[in-house]
Amino acid sequence: MFITVIQALNEGFLQTLKLFAVTLLGALPLGLVIAFGSMNKFLPLRWLSRVLVWIVRGTPLMLQLIIIFYVPGMILEENPWAVENGRFAAAAVAFILNYACYFSEIFRGGIEGVPIGQQEAGQVLGMTKSQIFFKVTLLQMIKRIVPPMSNEIITLVKDTAIARIISWQELIYAGYAFLKGSHGYAGLFWPLLFTGLYYLAFNGLLTLLFGWIEKKMSYFRS
Amino acid sequence: MEVLRVENIQKSFGKTEVLKGIDFSLNEGEVLSVIGSSGSGKTTLLRCLNFLETPQKGRILVGGKVLFDAEDKAKQSDAAIRLNRLHFGLVFQQFNLFPQYTVKKNVTLAESLFAKEKIKKEGNYKGYTHLREAYAAIDEKADKLLEEVGLLAKSESYPCELSGGQQQRVAIARALAMEPQILCFDEPTSALDPELTGEVLRVIRELKEKGRTMIIVTHEIEFARDVSDTIMFMDGGVVAEMGAPSQVIENPQNERTRAFLSRFNER
Repeated sequence: MFITVIQALNEGFLQTLKLFAVTLLGALPLGLVIAFGSMNKFLPLRWLSRVLVWIVRGTPLMLQLIIIFYVPGMILEENPWAVENGRFAAAAVAFILNYACYFSEIFRGGIEGVPIGQQEAGQVLGMTKSQIFFKVTLLQMIKRIVPPMSNEIITLVKDTAIARIISWQELIYAGYAFLKGSHGYAGLFWPLLFTGLYYLAFNGLLTLLFGWIEKKMSYFRS
Repeated sequence: MEVLRVENIQKSFGKTEVLKGIDFSLNEGEVLSVIGSSGSGKTTLLRCLNFLETPQKGRILVGGKVLFDAEDKAKQSDAAIRLNRLHFGLVFQQFNLFPQYTVKKNVTLAESLFAKEKIKKEGNYKGYTHLREAYAAIDEKADKLLEEVGLLAKSESYPCELSGGQQQRVAIARALAMEPQILCFDEPTSALDPELTGEVLRVIRELKEKGRTMIIVTHEIEFARDVSDTIMFMDGGVVAEMGAPSQVIENPQNERTRAFLSRFNER
């Protein structure tokens, strides 16, 4: 029994990791784009970015998932998610959009938090805008955003469980299946509790990783 | 020989007129100190000279060449402004060293990037055709500059490991690395503890002895009197009085200069 449960949970955890990784890969660059949008001098673009952030941060991720997964099928003639891995794709889109908005605010804080004097010092030394960004501001910005990012990323690990609302079979789904009945077992409660250990272990690793990054950058103060 | 000429510089922020038409010129090797109360426009003037602010009116000429003309937008492209800036160096009140780099890298960074760009585009930087040679020369110059400000031993330290006075001396070396014709100081000792101002002022004095052309915005009246060839007293966005220290500080003609200096003399 134990082996069966662990195998099923491992499979669920793999799906959790998949959603986690894809969200991170998509949301980090998209978040940067939205951050630059919300700091743009061009008013309509800034307005658009800020409204997007407001809507996405102002509504539950669960609701966004449901809307993204079900609404296209109601409006369009053909449900775009009715393909292989459609549930995963829908979940990925919802998670990337949601997390990109949170990340964008962290990026914005990080960029705006670097004193303007740093940029000016680069300017008077004849550096170009891109040299200033990459050689002066970027690392200081990264140092500033690591603590809030680590928070958000750890939250993301656990938030992936929300994807089961569209029946995407991640870790919690796999554990819960043994309660409902699956693999010839039913009424088993402990597999659900056991999933907690996966989250704990993975977040423990992430905590160590972020701690290491913070330590790597502790040689300077900004 | 005249190195800098500033003509009718006017700058407003919104409805607030900060500079209401500033004219002056500066000869090579001359030291000009700008004094005046807070809000008189001293810092804004320096920022205009370093192209951190764009005046609405006026011209800036260096060595007879027009660097800035408010009428001529073609001269205000990013690329043009960037090259114009190299005529000036600026030492900030808050030092603004790059915290993630060592003292040495702070001094070499801008020129290394500049040399890299030049060699890539034009195949030549100051006669060096290979990046490695250019870097070696830049490195050597940085050592010399750090020696000048007395911080060669701190080359490998990070800014956060230095005192405020040491950081400001690094900032001076960094500004000198780009070999500006005119070095500007924006209240270089205002962010320092009193016991640390001396070391920075000493470095500035030494630069004067070496014939550097400098513009110093400062509240250190006594220092300004000692080190300057000319004192400019600014008040309400205009040059209220300008002349030799003996004249402006010892024997001010302008009533507002007298009022400002009397506050200083009381201290």
